[in-house]
Amino acid sequence: MRLIGLLILLLAAALALSVAFGETQLNLGQYQAAFTDPGSPPGVILFAIRGPRAACAALVGAALGLAGAVMQGLLRNPLAEPGVLGVSAWSGCAAAVAIAVGLGAAPGVLEGAALVGALAAGGVIAILAARFREPETLILFGVALSAMGGAMSSLVFNLSPSPVTTADILNWLLGSVANRDWSDLALALIPMGVGAALCLYAAGGLRMLTLGEEAAALSGLPMARLRVAAVAGAALLTGASVALAGVIGFVGLAAPHLVRGAAADDPARTLVPSAIAGAILLTLADLLARVIPTAEELRLGVVTALFGAPLFALVAWRAARSWRS
Amino acid sequence: MSPALELRGVSVRRAGRAVLTDVSLAVAPGEMLGLVGPNGAGKTTLLRAALGLQTRSAGEVILAGRPLETLGERQRAEGAGYLPQERRVAWNMPAEDIAALGAARLSPRDGLALARACLDELEVADLARRGVLDMSGGERARVLLARLLATRARLLVADEPAAGLDPEAQLLILERLRRRAADGAAVIVTSHDLTLAARACDRIAVLHDGVLRALGAPGEALSPEVLAQVFGLDGALIASPAGLTLAVRRLAAATAPR
Repeated sequence: MRLIGLLILLLAAALALSVAFGETQLNLGQYQAAFTDPGSPPGVILFAIRGPRAACAALVGAALGLAGAVMQGLLRNPLAEPGVLGVSAWSGCAAAVAIAVGLGAAPGVLEGAALVGALAAGGVIAILAARFREPETLILFGVALSAMGGAMSSLVFNLSPSPVTTADILNWLLGSVANRDWSDLALALIPMGVGAALCLYAAGGLRMLTLGEEAAALSGLPMARLRVAAVAGAALLTGASVALAGVIGFVGLAAPHLVRGAAADDPARTLVPSAIAGAILLTLADLLARVIPTAEELRLGVVTALFGAPLFALVAWRAARSWRS
Repeated sequence: MSPALELRGVSVRRAGRAVLTDVSLAVAPGEMLGLVGPNGAGKTTLLRAALGLQTRSAGEVILAGRPLETLGERQRAEGAGYLPQERRVAWNMPAEDIAALGAARLSPRDGLALARACLDELEVADLARRGVLDMSGGERARVLLARLLATRARLLVADEPAAGLDPEAQLLILERLRRRAADGAAVIVTSHDLTLAARACDRIAVLHDGVLRALGAPGEALSPEVLAQVFGLDGALIASPAGLTLAVRRLAAATAPR
């Protein structure tokens, strides 16, 4: 509980920083104006531009952090996360198809496609996980699924009818939380809420899986049901994140990694801290994307990949050592 | 008293090959059964089939007086606890948290207390807060056995619980399982160490190529004929001050002309 309290304080600080900083520097008087009159220009900046953007980053980060922690617990592997396993790629690809066929702007279509893509990849992983127990093997399948998702996305680019559509898809696949409004967030909250509830329901099963499938099967827990809940929950969280912010990798890897030690390595007790840590990481990553002075604003997915890929290598290094023992 | 576990004509086929053929046996509460056989004899398959972890091609499994398939998850867990041979643990959880996984049906506080008692029983209470991945293989084996003991199931099934441990630890582990049998649990252990199995168990089941070759008191089941035909050993179980001891040499060595 102390860990969760500390993380919430850090998240509040990250959100405050994220709202306070941006392209336009506000002075103290302008902050005052924003709070007395939300309709004033500073008020619009704070409450209609930066506010939803920061909240969106936090929400997507929390969803990905939780999804990563659940996948790691389920597959008993510190390298598992939606990006590495190809769930994000399939989700992104499905959404790209929706954009390419001109349905990107129709309400709910892109979101639905992203969810379907994520659930399909989650289903494939669940089937593979039931057949192949070795944690290393599943990561290899994840690489294959990622590559398939990437290849299909390339195919969509290849066949895309116009350069404008191609740019649309690319922009969106790079991952961003810019220009989101509160209604976008509200829409994402529904699948994310259901996904989070399923994940928390599965928590006890994830803890039991620490000992392996067979010991867990005789633990008295309804493992089959818990496993389905975990897969569906993680897929919903990922799909809703992709629908809201495009493909953002490695948050699901980094967040559980950061909190695991403080949660006594317990896959169940890692879940909530991972969600909050994911929210903090993505809020800070988005802040970084905005304040680093580049000609074109950095994309959130690019920032997380730049930091996340080396971390992946580090976690792989450690995992390989523990698998050998 | 009805058996804790009964197998009736259990067969298992895998990839078109018979791995287990028509095995029938029963284990009563308070009894410790040793399951032995050469590598690939089907020992683990038999345990897995008995626990519903392996699909059977024929036969029936009766756990706690009822067909296995009619039991819910909870009843199955009360009926049997399982310690797989595989000692891989995914996360570096503290020993007491690992042992407490066996007591998931209790409140967290009671579960932890029982887990600590079981760790103490296996003489690793001082490691309670240490992460299992930071331990030696022998220490981890004891922690995992503590998890099995904490299930308090009516049948305890341990696949090679003593493999790869030093002699003192092997004896300790078998002794503790023996104590559970004395307290009324049924116990099944597999072992490659025939002396260890013969000393600790009330009865020995000998499995060879998926067929139950002998079942009975250690001296009976591990007769010179069985030792020769199943294990390729020339010799016998002999009484020693410390209990039964296997005095054997390789059969090939005995028959080969010198």
